[in-house]
Amino acid sequence: MTLTLNGEKKEVQDGLSVAGLLDALKIEPARVAVEVNVAIIKKDSYGSHMLNEGDTVEIVSFVGGG
Amino acid sequence: MDDKLLIKDIEFKSRLWVGTGKYKDFEETKRAIEASGADVVTVAVRRTNIFDSKSENLLDYIDPKKYKILPNTAGCFTIEDALRYARLARETGISDLVKLEVIGDEKTLFPDACATLQATEILAKEGFIVLPYINDDPVMAQRLVDAGAAAVMPLAAPIGSGLGIRNPYNIKIILEQARVPIIVDAGVGTASDVAVAMELGCDAVLLNTAIAGAKDPIAMADAMKHAVLAGRLAYRAGRIGRKLYATASSPIEGML
Repeated sequence: MTLTLNGEKKEVQDGLSVAGLLDALKIEPARVAVEVNVAIIKKDSYGSHMLNEGDTVEIVSFVGGG
Repeated sequence: MDDKLLIKDIEFKSRLWVGTGKYKDFEETKRAIEASGADVVTVAVRRTNIFDSKSENLLDYIDPKKYKILPNTAGCFTIEDALRYARLARETGISDLVKLEVIGDEKTLFPDACATLQATEILAKEGFIVLPYINDDPVMAQRLVDAGAAAVMPLAAPIGSGLGIRNPYNIKIILEQARVPIIVDAGVGTASDVAVAMELGCDAVLLNTAIAGAKDPIAMADAMKHAVLAGRLAYRAGRIGRKLYATASSPIEGML
Protein backbone atom coordinates (compact mmCIF):
# COMPACT_ATOMS: atom_id res chain seq x y z
CA MET A 1 0.00 0.00 0.00
CA THR A 2 1.05 3.60 -0.45
CA LEU A 3 1.29 5.96 2.49
CA THR A 4 2.15 9.62 2.65
CA LEU A 5 4.93 9.39 5.17
CA ASN A 6 6.38 12.62 6.53
CA GLY A 7 5.21 14.40 3.41
CA GLU A 8 6.48 11.87 0.89
CA LYS A 9 4.74 8.97 -0.87
CA LYS A 10 6.11 5.67 0.30
CA GLU A 11 5.30 2.11 -0.64
CA VAL A 12 5.09 -0.24 2.36
CA GLN A 13 3.82 -3.77 2.80
CA ASP A 14 0.08 -4.27 3.33
CA GLY A 15 -1.36 -4.96 6.76
CA LEU A 16 1.16 -2.94 8.78
CA SER A 17 0.35 -1.53 12.19
CA VAL A 18 1.98 1.67 13.44
CA ALA A 19 4.35 -0.50 15.47
CA GLY A 20 5.12 -2.55 12.36
CA LEU A 21 5.86 0.58 10.35
CA LEU A 22 8.22 1.95 13.02
CA ASP A 23 9.94 -1.41 13.16
CA ALA A 24 10.33 -1.51 9.37
CA LEU A 25 11.84 1.99 9.49
CA LYS A 26 14.10 1.01 12.42
CA ILE A 27 12.70 3.83 14.54
CA GLU A 28 12.72 3.55 18.32
CA PRO A 29 9.06 4.13 19.40
CA ALA A 30 10.08 5.64 22.76
CA ARG A 31 11.40 8.84 21.22
CA VAL A 32 8.77 9.66 18.65
CA ALA A 33 5.15 10.69 18.38
CA VAL A 34 2.95 9.50 15.55
CA GLU A 35 -0.05 11.00 13.81
CA VAL A 36 -2.24 9.16 11.34
CA ASN A 37 -4.54 11.39 9.30
CA VAL A 38 -3.91 14.25 11.75
CA ALA A 39 -4.96 12.20 14.80
CA ILE A 40 -2.35 11.36 17.41
CA ILE A 41 -1.89 7.65 17.98
CA LYS A 42 -1.27 6.81 21.63
CA LYS A 43 1.81 4.71 22.27
CA ASP A 44 -0.19 1.83 23.69
CA SER A 45 -2.18 1.66 20.43
CA TYR A 46 0.83 1.36 18.12
CA GLY A 47 0.40 -2.41 17.90
CA SER A 48 -3.35 -2.37 17.30
CA HIS A 49 -3.67 0.64 15.00
CA MET A 50 -3.61 -0.76 11.45
CA LEU A 51 -2.57 1.46 8.58
CA ASN A 52 -4.63 1.71 5.40
CA GLU A 53 -3.94 2.59 1.79
CA GLY A 54 -3.59 6.36 1.39
CA ASP A 55 -3.08 7.15 5.09
CA THR A 56 -1.09 10.24 5.92
CA VAL A 57 1.43 9.39 8.60
CA GLU A 58 3.62 11.86 10.46
CA ILE A 59 6.46 10.68 12.67
CA VAL A 60 8.05 13.43 14.73
CA SER A 61 10.81 13.69 17.29
CA PHE A 62 12.78 16.38 19.10
CA VAL A 63 15.42 18.40 17.30
CA GLY A 64 17.56 21.34 18.36
CA GLY A 65 15.51 24.47 18.97
CA GLY A 66 15.30 27.55 21.15
CA MET B 1 21.39 29.45 50.57
CA ASP B 2 18.03 27.98 49.67
CA ASP B 3 17.02 29.73 46.49
CA LYS B 4 15.27 27.12 44.40
CA LEU B 5 13.07 27.88 41.45
CA LEU B 6 9.71 26.12 41.59
CA ILE B 7 7.16 25.96 38.79
CA LYS B 8 4.03 24.12 39.87
CA ASP B 9 5.72 21.40 41.92
CA ILE B 10 8.76 21.02 39.68
CA GLU B 11 12.05 22.11 41.19
CA PHE B 12 14.65 23.64 38.89
CA LYS B 13 18.29 23.65 39.89
CA SER B 14 19.38 26.23 37.37
CA ARG B 15 18.07 29.69 36.65
CA LEU B 16 19.71 29.61 33.26
CA TRP B 17 17.70 27.73 30.67
CA VAL B 18 19.16 27.08 27.27
CA GLY B 19 18.05 26.19 23.77
CA THR B 20 19.56 23.47 21.62
CA GLY B 21 19.27 25.13 18.20
CA LYS B 22 21.90 26.51 15.83
CA TYR B 23 24.88 24.53 17.11
CA LYS B 24 27.49 23.14 14.74
CA ASP B 25 26.73 19.57 15.80
CA PHE B 26 25.32 17.55 18.68
CA GLU B 27 28.73 17.29 20.33
CA GLU B 28 29.01 21.09 20.55
CA THR B 29 25.40 21.27 21.79
CA LYS B 30 26.22 18.86 24.57
CA ARG B 31 29.42 20.61 25.62
CA ALA B 32 27.80 24.06 25.62
CA ILE B 33 24.88 22.85 27.72
CA GLU B 34 27.22 21.21 30.19
CA ALA B 35 29.25 24.42 30.45
CA SER B 36 26.09 26.47 31.01
CA GLY B 37 25.10 24.42 34.05
CA ALA B 38 21.47 24.53 32.85
CA ASP B 39 19.14 21.72 33.84
CA VAL B 40 16.41 22.78 31.40
CA VAL B 41 16.81 22.61 27.66
CA THR B 42 14.36 23.61 24.98
CA VAL B 43 13.79 21.48 21.91
CA ALA B 44 11.67 21.74 18.79
CA VAL B 45 9.29 19.13 17.34
CA ARG B 46 10.00 18.21 13.73
CA ARG B 47 9.61 15.34 11.29
CA THR B 48 11.94 12.45 12.07
CA ASN B 49 14.47 11.59 9.39
CA ILE B 50 12.84 8.33 8.39
CA PHE B 51 14.97 7.65 5.36
CA ASP B 52 18.22 7.38 7.27
CA SER B 53 17.90 5.02 10.22
CA LYS B 54 21.47 5.82 11.25
CA SER B 55 20.79 9.53 11.71
CA GLU B 56 21.48 10.61 15.25
CA ASN B 57 18.91 11.81 17.72
CA LEU B 58 19.38 14.92 19.87
CA LEU B 59 18.35 12.87 22.91
CA ASP B 60 21.39 10.62 22.40
CA TYR B 61 23.38 13.65 23.52
CA ILE B 62 20.93 15.34 25.90
CA ASP B 63 19.81 12.70 28.37
CA PRO B 64 16.18 13.32 29.43
CA LYS B 65 16.99 11.72 32.78
CA LYS B 66 19.58 14.41 33.42
CA TYR B 67 17.84 17.41 31.84
CA LYS B 68 14.29 18.68 31.92
CA ILE B 69 13.12 18.77 28.33
CA LEU B 70 11.06 21.82 27.40
CA PRO B 71 9.50 21.31 23.96
CA ASN B 72 8.54 24.46 22.08
CA THR B 73 5.95 25.24 19.45
CA ALA B 74 8.38 27.38 17.46
CA GLY B 75 7.34 28.06 13.91
CA CYS B 76 3.61 27.91 14.68
CA PHE B 77 1.53 30.82 13.46
CA THR B 78 -1.94 29.54 14.39
CA ILE B 79 -3.60 28.20 17.53
CA GLU B 80 -4.33 24.93 15.74
CA ASP B 81 -0.69 24.39 14.80
CA ALA B 82 0.57 25.28 18.28
CA LEU B 83 -1.88 22.82 19.86
CA ARG B 84 -0.87 20.13 17.38
CA TYR B 85 2.84 20.52 18.09
CA ALA B 86 2.32 20.70 21.85
CA ARG B 87 0.20 17.55 21.85
CA LEU B 88 2.70 15.69 19.69
CA ALA B 89 5.50 16.77 22.01
CA ARG B 90 3.67 15.43 25.04
CA GLU B 91 2.85 12.17 23.26
CA THR B 92 6.55 11.31 23.14
CA GLY B 93 6.10 10.68 26.86
CA ILE B 94 9.17 12.72 27.71
CA SER B 95 7.67 15.97 29.02
CA ASP B 96 4.41 17.68 30.02
CA LEU B 97 6.06 21.08 29.79
CA VAL B 98 5.49 23.27 26.78
CA LYS B 99 7.13 26.52 25.80
CA LEU B 100 4.17 27.93 23.95
CA GLU B 101 4.98 30.15 21.00
CA VAL B 102 2.33 31.37 18.62
CA ILE B 103 4.08 33.73 16.29
CA GLY B 104 2.23 36.70 14.86
CA ASP B 105 4.77 38.19 12.51
CA GLU B 106 7.44 36.54 10.41
CA LYS B 107 9.94 39.38 10.42
CA THR B 108 9.97 40.23 14.12
CA LEU B 109 8.80 36.82 15.39
CA PHE B 110 6.70 38.75 17.88
CA PRO B 111 4.03 36.60 19.48
CA ASP B 112 0.35 36.73 18.55
CA ALA B 113 -1.04 37.71 21.94
CA CYS B 114 -4.66 36.70 21.29
CA ALA B 115 -3.72 33.29 19.90
CA THR B 116 -1.19 32.69 22.68
CA LEU B 117 -3.84 33.43 25.30
CA GLN B 118 -6.38 31.07 23.77
CA ALA B 119 -3.84 28.29 23.28
CA THR B 120 -2.63 28.70 26.88
CA GLU B 121 -6.13 28.22 28.19
CA ILE B 122 -6.74 25.08 26.10
CA LEU B 123 -3.40 23.44 26.92
CA ALA B 124 -3.59 24.26 30.63
CA LYS B 125 -7.01 22.58 30.76
CA GLU B 126 -5.46 19.53 29.09
CA GLY B 127 -2.95 19.30 31.92
CA PHE B 128 0.07 20.80 30.21
CA ILE B 129 2.49 22.93 32.19
CA VAL B 130 2.26 25.92 29.90
CA LEU B 131 5.04 28.48 29.68
CA PRO B 132 3.94 31.05 27.13
CA TYR B 133 6.34 33.34 25.27
CA ILE B 134 4.97 36.88 25.14
CA ASN B 135 5.85 40.48 24.58
CA ASP B 136 6.98 42.52 27.59
CA ASP B 137 3.34 43.36 28.25
CA PRO B 138 2.25 43.49 31.92
CA VAL B 139 -1.47 43.21 31.15
CA MET B 140 -0.94 40.20 28.91
CA ALA B 141 1.19 38.57 31.62
CA GLN B 142 -1.76 38.81 34.02
CA ARG B 143 -4.22 37.46 31.47
CA LEU B 144 -1.97 34.49 30.75
CA VAL B 145 -1.75 33.60 34.43
CA ASP B 146 -5.57 33.81 34.66
CA ALA B 147 -5.70 31.44 31.66
CA GLY B 148 -3.54 28.89 33.48
CA ALA B 149 0.07 29.70 32.55
CA ALA B 150 2.49 28.09 35.01
CA ALA B 151 5.11 30.75 34.30
CA VAL B 152 5.28 33.67 31.91
CA MET B 153 8.16 34.28 29.52
CA PRO B 154 8.40 37.86 28.30
CA LEU B 155 10.94 38.57 25.60
CA ALA B 156 13.89 40.85 26.24
CA ALA B 157 14.01 41.72 22.54
CA PRO B 158 13.18 39.90 19.27
CA ILE B 159 14.33 36.27 19.11
CA GLY B 160 17.97 36.02 18.07
CA SER B 161 18.43 39.81 17.98
CA GLY B 162 20.93 40.07 20.84
CA LEU B 163 19.58 43.52 21.74
CA GLY B 164 19.21 42.77 25.45
CA ILE B 165 16.39 44.00 27.66
CA ARG B 166 14.86 46.90 25.77
CA ASN B 167 12.20 47.77 28.29
CA PRO B 168 13.40 47.05 31.82
CA TYR B 169 10.54 49.13 33.23
CA ASN B 170 7.91 46.86 31.70
CA ILE B 171 9.78 43.81 32.97
CA LYS B 172 9.84 45.43 36.41
CA ILE B 173 6.09 45.99 36.34
CA ILE B 174 5.53 42.39 35.21
CA LEU B 175 7.68 41.24 38.14
CA GLU B 176 5.86 43.42 40.67
CA GLN B 177 2.53 41.94 39.66
CA ALA B 178 3.82 38.39 39.23
CA ARG B 179 1.91 35.48 40.71
CA VAL B 180 4.01 32.92 38.84
CA PRO B 181 7.72 32.77 37.96
CA ILE B 182 8.83 35.20 35.26
CA ILE B 183 11.44 33.98 32.82
CA VAL B 184 13.00 36.33 30.33
CA ASP B 185 13.05 34.51 27.02
CA ALA B 186 14.75 35.63 23.84
CA GLY B 187 16.79 38.58 22.69
CA VAL B 188 19.70 38.63 25.11
CA GLY B 189 23.11 39.08 23.53
CA THR B 190 25.76 38.69 26.19
CA ALA B 191 26.43 38.14 29.87
CA SER B 192 25.55 41.68 31.00
CA ASP B 193 22.07 41.36 29.44
CA VAL B 194 21.50 38.23 31.48
CA ALA B 195 22.79 39.90 34.65
CA VAL B 196 20.41 42.84 34.10
CA ALA B 197 17.44 40.47 33.80
CA MET B 198 18.41 38.67 36.98
CA GLU B 199 19.13 41.90 38.88
CA LEU B 200 15.64 43.10 38.01
CA GLY B 201 14.36 40.03 39.84
CA CYS B 202 13.49 37.68 37.00
CA ASP B 203 13.28 34.07 38.11
CA ALA B 204 15.30 32.71 35.19
CA VAL B 205 16.59 33.52 31.73
CA LEU B 206 16.13 31.36 28.65
CA LEU B 207 18.48 31.88 25.75
CA ASN B 208 19.85 30.08 22.73
CA THR B 209 21.46 32.23 20.04
CA ALA B 210 23.59 34.23 22.48
CA ILE B 211 25.50 31.03 23.25
CA ALA B 212 25.17 29.06 20.01
CA GLY B 213 26.06 32.07 17.87
CA ALA B 214 29.05 33.22 19.93
CA LYS B 215 32.54 32.78 18.47
CA ASP B 216 33.27 30.35 21.29
CA PRO B 217 29.93 28.88 22.41
CA ILE B 218 31.44 26.84 25.24
CA ALA B 219 33.15 29.88 26.80
CA MET B 220 29.99 31.96 26.35
CA ALA B 221 27.94 29.24 28.05
CA ASP B 222 30.29 29.49 31.01
CA ALA B 223 29.97 33.30 30.99
CA MET B 224 26.17 33.04 31.00
CA LYS B 225 26.25 30.64 33.91
CA HIS B 226 28.23 33.16 35.96
CA ALA B 227 26.06 36.08 34.82
CA VAL B 228 22.91 34.37 36.06
CA LEU B 229 24.52 33.57 39.40
CA ALA B 230 25.96 37.09 39.79
CA GLY B 231 22.70 38.76 38.78
CA ARG B 232 20.64 36.63 41.13
CA LEU B 233 23.02 37.24 44.04
CA ALA B 234 22.99 40.99 43.40
CA TYR B 235 19.19 40.98 43.29
CA ARG B 236 19.00 39.18 46.61
CA ALA B 237 21.72 41.35 48.12
CA GLY B 238 19.76 44.51 47.24
CA ARG B 239 21.53 47.15 45.22
CA ILE B 240 22.16 50.72 46.39
CA GLY B 241 19.94 53.51 45.16
CA ARG B 242 20.99 55.66 42.21
CA LYS B 243 22.03 59.21 43.12
CA LEU B 244 23.01 62.16 40.99
CA TYR B 245 25.87 63.38 43.21
CA ALA B 246 28.84 61.75 44.89
CA THR B 247 28.97 60.40 48.44
CA ALA B 248 32.52 60.01 49.77
CA SER B 249 33.56 56.53 50.74
CA SER B 250 36.42 57.73 52.98
CA PRO B 251 35.79 59.66 56.23
CA ILE B 252 36.35 63.42 56.48
CA GLU B 253 37.24 62.98 60.17
CA GLY B 254 40.97 62.61 60.82
CA MET B 255 42.02 64.54 57.75
CA LEU B 256 45.02 66.89 58.17
